[in-house]
Amino acid sequence: MVDIINAVTLLTNYVLLPGMTYGSHLGLGALGITLVYGILRFSNFAHGDTMAFGTMMTILLTWGLQALGISIYPLPTAILVIPIGVVIASVVVLGFDKFVYAHFRQINAPSVMFVIASVGIMFVLQGLIRLIIGPENQSFADGARFIFTAREFKEYFGLSEGLSIKVSQLMSLGVTTILVASLFWFLYNTTTGKSLRAYSDNRDLAQLSGINPDRVVILTWVIATALATIAGVLYGLDKSFKPSVYFQLLLPIFAAAIVGGLGNPLGAFVGGFVVAFSEIAITYAYKRFLAYLLPEGMEPTTLVQLLGTEYKFAVSFLILVIVLLIKPSGIFAGKTA
Amino acid sequence: MRIFHDNRRFFCFGVMALLLLAVGFFQSWNLMFQIFNLCLISAVMALGVNIQWGYVGLFNVGVMGFAALGGLSAVIISVTPVQEAWLAGGTRIVSAGLITIIGAGLIAFVRYKLAGKITNYLTVVVGILTYFAARHFYIPGAGAVEAVNPALTGYLGGLGLPILFSWLVGGLVAGCAAWFIGKITLGLRADYLAIATLGISEILILIIKNEDWLARGVKNVIGLPRPVAYERDLQASNWFINLAEDFGADIITFSSLWVKVSYSLLFLGCLVVLLILFELALKSPWGRMMRAIRDNETSAHAMGKDIVARKLQVFVLGSIVIGIGGAMLTTLDGQFTPTSYQPMRFTFLIWVMVIVGGSGNNWGSILGGFFIWFVWIESEPVGLWLMELITSGLEEDSTLKEHLVRNAAHMRLLTMGVILLIVLKYFPRGLIPEGTK
Repeated sequence: MVDIINAVTLLTNYVLLPGMTYGSHLGLGALGITLVYGILRFSNFAHGDTMAFGTMMTILLTWGLQALGISIYPLPTAILVIPIGVVIASVVVLGFDKFVYAHFRQINAPSVMFVIASVGIMFVLQGLIRLIIGPENQSFADGARFIFTAREFKEYFGLSEGLSIKVSQLMSLGVTTILVASLFWFLYNTTTGKSLRAYSDNRDLAQLSGINPDRVVILTWVIATALATIAGVLYGLDKSFKPSVYFQLLLPIFAAAIVGGLGNPLGAFVGGFVVAFSEIAITYAYKRFLAYLLPEGMEPTTLVQLLGTEYKFAVSFLILVIVLLIKPSGIFAGKTA
Repeated sequence: MRIFHDNRRFFCFGVMALLLLAVGFFQSWNLMFQIFNLCLISAVMALGVNIQWGYVGLFNVGVMGFAALGGLSAVIISVTPVQEAWLAGGTRIVSAGLITIIGAGLIAFVRYKLAGKITNYLTVVVGILTYFAARHFYIPGAGAVEAVNPALTGYLGGLGLPILFSWLVGGLVAGCAAWFIGKITLGLRADYLAIATLGISEILILIIKNEDWLARGVKNVIGLPRPVAYERDLQASNWFINLAEDFGADIITFSSLWVKVSYSLLFLGCLVVLLILFELALKSPWGRMMRAIRDNETSAHAMGKDIVARKLQVFVLGSIVIGIGGAMLTTLDGQFTPTSYQPMRFTFLIWVMVIVGGSGNNWGSILGGFFIWFVWIESEPVGLWLMELITSGLEEDSTLKEHLVRNAAHMRLLTMGVILLIVLKYFPRGLIPEGTK
């Protein structure tokens, strides 16, 4: 019996909790991608760098507060300045919209032109990020690190396996829950939210019904940027901030959005968890887990790892390919055209 | 103005030549040929992307992966085989490969020849069995190979053939990879092709970085055999010393210039051949069909054209060209460094070249390759100079100045983005638009 509890604790500590945390980051990112796709009708390649840009702004502000000696122990200082980070990032993104995307909307360009324009914006954002904060790894997490550590857990319950919960993990889950709940409430219960969904369903009909397209566009960008910035800050607090890693996050985020069905918010959020859990579950070594469960003398001699951790990113791609082959519209049917 | 319009191509290339000559006169001729060689390779890759994007409208953002496959081919073709490693684990790795191929064949058989619900279950079962069977041979095999003298070899080595041969093989390998990717994604929406190619290129790089038995992973393979003379041999031969004296040049500079020019001639030959082939293709009925598909897929389909098959064809063709470019690049470098494959440099930069040059026009892509590579290289010193100028008001030891100057090298990303956005908005047809002379 103790063995089973130990095995479950082990799996919770190394698969379930990290999976939930990472899943919430990917889910938030994928929500942004899917909103832009559903409403503005293109795959935004600059989303990963929008995440990085918003996070960078938050980091700079955090450093400012730290220099002033302001902190909200045990929570990280970054939480205080996220709203300002979101505002700055939104202003920049809206600037890009005004100078770049608006032009292509006006000439009714095919969606692939928007995608190429987003590549241009990706270049600009990466250039700005590297110019301002540099390409190096930055750590900006402060405050308490753990709610409780693995050792405290072990001593308290008398188990041989420990479970630790980091502040960043709990915060990721909490913030994501609040954010996603309010987003869905907004989309389904307010007039403005309904106008966004109406615009996404049928642009012409929505405009005929008196929905102001400019307002819809601005709102979409602000929501997507806010989600991206918050996801980026949470990810940075949980791991660390490195511009190139944020760019690479684009792949799992897109995988999540496609798995859930591009253009479908609920699908994107669920897709984030599907991708995160697959990544972690496939690259986790089950040796110790099995050692607890199997009878003595049958313990595995190898690591029992399906894929090395270095292939983490490959997993999201594999899921993507499987979904594309079996059900191209995603788990929750997304937009088809 | 009229003269300019009638001879746009001539003018654009003229300006480009002047820019390169300026580098030769003001910086150095060695630097100029260094840039020129990479311009030629960039032009080849841009040509490949242009075939996919400009002819048919395929959005391939996996250029990096195909270029890396070309580079990998250069290693596998040219390096001498490591006998010991083959004895240690060669058979096991080959058996693992054979098992994978048989498994994939079985899955294909199940999916295409059998019908009913059972196909899905059979696919899963065969897939899992293949995985474990292949893994059984692969893991110990790879370990044994990597254990053979890891500091120097630790990989299977290559075939020991002339490296020029790898340009052909690199193209073929990239083409095969493109066929598989295209089979999966071309029937779907355009966005999926973009994401899938982005993904596959990242994964190819991951595999090359981590599977040391293949090409030593991040330990790099250095000292690939050259298709041209070595500087040291040149400096030791009498005819060359005499030639250098005739030119009145320093022998060391002259020899490295000689090597660079020989590379240039090789690359130029390759580019010219490719350009002639694709210009002919563009003007043929095949080219007209491709443009018809790009401009109106539905009507082309109604005319009885097999859209998916044609797209697959052009996707493979373009990827072959990119693969050739990748092999050329590794040949020029003389080494294979997986960490140097960055998506910004190898995928998106090539895209900027095609868009800026003028999509749909082969001459435009070549000009774009030249011009953008030139800007990419020269924006670093210019950016540094600008930063020094901007920050000249600040004190010598101010941290802001130091920070800005240190990060000035990243100006090139910003420059590229701004160029791309300006061209997209104001000159969407590029420097040499489709159909101009």
